[in-house]
Amino acid sequence: MSNYVITQLQITQLPNYIIMNTFTKEAVKELSASLNEPEWMLEFRLRAFVVYENTPMPTTKDEAWRRTNLRFMPWDEFGPSINGDAAVDAEVPSFLGEQLTEDEVGGSLLQIDGVTKQYELSDELREQGVIFCDMSTAVTEYPDLIQKYFMTEGVRPDEGKFAALHAAFWRGGTFLYVPRNVQANAPLHTVLWSVNGKTFTHTLVVLEEGSEAVFMDEYASADNDKSGLHNGAVELLVQDNASLIYAGLQDFGTNVWQLNHERGRVGRYGRLDWVTSMMGTRLTKAFQTLDLDGPGGWGRMSGIFFTNGRQHLDLDTQQNHNAPDTTSDLLYKGALREKSRTVWQGMIKALPGSQRIDGFQANRNLMLDKTARADSIPGLEIEADDVICTHASAIGQLDPEEIFYLMSRGIPRETAVEMSVQGFFDPLMRRIPFEGVRNRIFDRIVEKIY
Amino acid sequence: MSILEIRNLHASVADQPILKGIDLTIRSGETHAMMGPNGSGKSTLAYILAGHPAYTPTAGQVIFDGMDLLDMAADERSRAGLFLAFQYPASVPGVTLAKFLRATINSRRKAENPDDKGISIPEFRRLLKQKMDMLGIDHKMAGRYLNEGFSGGEKKRVEILQMATVEPQIAIMDETDSGLDIDALRVVAEGSKRLQEELDMGMLVITHYQRILDYIQPDYVHIMLDGRIVESGGPEMALKLEESGYDWIREKYGVVEKV
Repeated sequence: MSNYVITQLQITQLPNYIIMNTFTKEAVKELSASLNEPEWMLEFRLRAFVVYENTPMPTTKDEAWRRTNLRFMPWDEFGPSINGDAAVDAEVPSFLGEQLTEDEVGGSLLQIDGVTKQYELSDELREQGVIFCDMSTAVTEYPDLIQKYFMTEGVRPDEGKFAALHAAFWRGGTFLYVPRNVQANAPLHTVLWSVNGKTFTHTLVVLEEGSEAVFMDEYASADNDKSGLHNGAVELLVQDNASLIYAGLQDFGTNVWQLNHERGRVGRYGRLDWVTSMMGTRLTKAFQTLDLDGPGGWGRMSGIFFTNGRQHLDLDTQQNHNAPDTTSDLLYKGALREKSRTVWQGMIKALPGSQRIDGFQANRNLMLDKTARADSIPGLEIEADDVICTHASAIGQLDPEEIFYLMSRGIPRETAVEMSVQGFFDPLMRRIPFEGVRNRIFDRIVEKIY
Repeated sequence: MSILEIRNLHASVADQPILKGIDLTIRSGETHAMMGPNGSGKSTLAYILAGHPAYTPTAGQVIFDGMDLLDMAADERSRAGLFLAFQYPASVPGVTLAKFLRATINSRRKAENPDDKGISIPEFRRLLKQKMDMLGIDHKMAGRYLNEGFSGGEKKRVEILQMATVEPQIAIMDETDSGLDIDALRVVAEGSKRLQEELDMGMLVITHYQRILDYIQPDYVHIMLDGRIVESGGPEMALKLEESGYDWIREKYGVVEKV
């Protein structure tokens, strides 16, 4: 396993409002032992724990955290997920098991609090050499692949305090691996349901050269009085000429605080179609990065979010054009109600020599209440000269003329508002090739309007 | 048999009085043309009848089949059988024409019967195809976002398509002829006339020009000036206006043209 650099930082005194004494070295060992992990994974976790301890807690003085204050997080209610506290017998809402694609899924995985509850993989996919299993199983059964790819190319433990926390305490999630030139013949679907409010799931997708796959990754929990933490990571590694459609659908209860690192890497002529839907949580801070590493690489990021109540959603996106002739296209749209707040901060970067690139980013927000607030901050850092890079951002309200027009045809106000909000999201919905996924998102949007 | 009775209607926009006492009765099967110079209040009358929130009635009554129209929300007025073809219809990004028309049908069915599951997709497709053919509308339009990027002519045709879909008892057409070339005007006007005959609709056609009236053949022509109907007569009145303009009306009623 390749070693990441442990940056030797001064051990900073943690501000005294943060009580995270449940995240200890002993807890790392206990977690690893309870999962019967091999020595190398324990060592990996312990190294990450050192990074975690040596990385100061981000504050609003850090650029990436200027608009999200961690001070209000109920740190003392969070803790690692160690065996014994997973609610494996809990009921999971039946709609989560529903098929999201027209084609029957070839593999499905249901986990509760990081523990596998149901698992299926078709014989056809097995014969194709596709690996689809929970991450802990992958550590035991496919150590070479995991040592090669787990938090080495995608999200790295030294990316930040919470990437390190995740690396030390990760538990559950999905490993999907498609071998060279194999087109996975059916979509894959994971549902991660949380009850105990301690989720540290890890998604690792590796598509070898020329392979193809479709993967729906759902995260959800019911509303709950007790605060929970989701500290997840998503790694999407799309090698040369490979093609991945990935939909991450998050619908946690509003008691959950989410700190996520997600990265897609795309090789030469690879394609990554990356859909994100975020409906839940009390607070989300997510770093979503697309790295186009090989010439001809293509990546599309489509984000849908809807906040209400006191929800706070802060998305930090990056489109890194690390090679010439690469194309990225980002469209994130959010609707906001009540006192919710969203931040989208996007950056397109082009390295010197990344010529003939085409980068696009747009963020549009629909304010359904005057009390909500949206910040939209596009950015470009271009060090090549033969490029097309465009960005757009807009914040608007429902158009009263549009609502009146719909009503003047007999459509009741509520339906008119629903249609108008759905219309706002429609250009994004058209990017999602699966009716089941669209319907799932539509249903949540309609529920959230009132 | 439907009756729309407008009695001494006064209305304001942003506290500015626009309608200053309108009296007009429209019955099923009758076609009324409303003419008059710009700024006389014709479009305000249309918006007030449709229930636009920016237009406030300040006195008078509108009785539609025994109901107090001014007390009803815009969607209730529509479901009760009143229709306004807009001069400048809003665009509704993200909502396709087909989805919108289905919603207009389903809103009616649901209001009748809350358990109604809505029109079936095959039935709706048949209906839509038939109505689009009648108005010479390309079927591909059904998948486009409502009025977004439509030409002036397309918008007007789509207004009439909506009228054909919801089948109102009383229809108001607000300058449906404006911005149309002669061929588009013919399709739109003939389509409206055919609908009127089929449905025995009462119609109020707001226009500046004789052209549309050649097709629609009004029974009555009214002239509006400064918020009042000042002259009413038969079809010959429109021809007189076409020949002599509005100056004689202004002179007769002592109204100075607003510049």
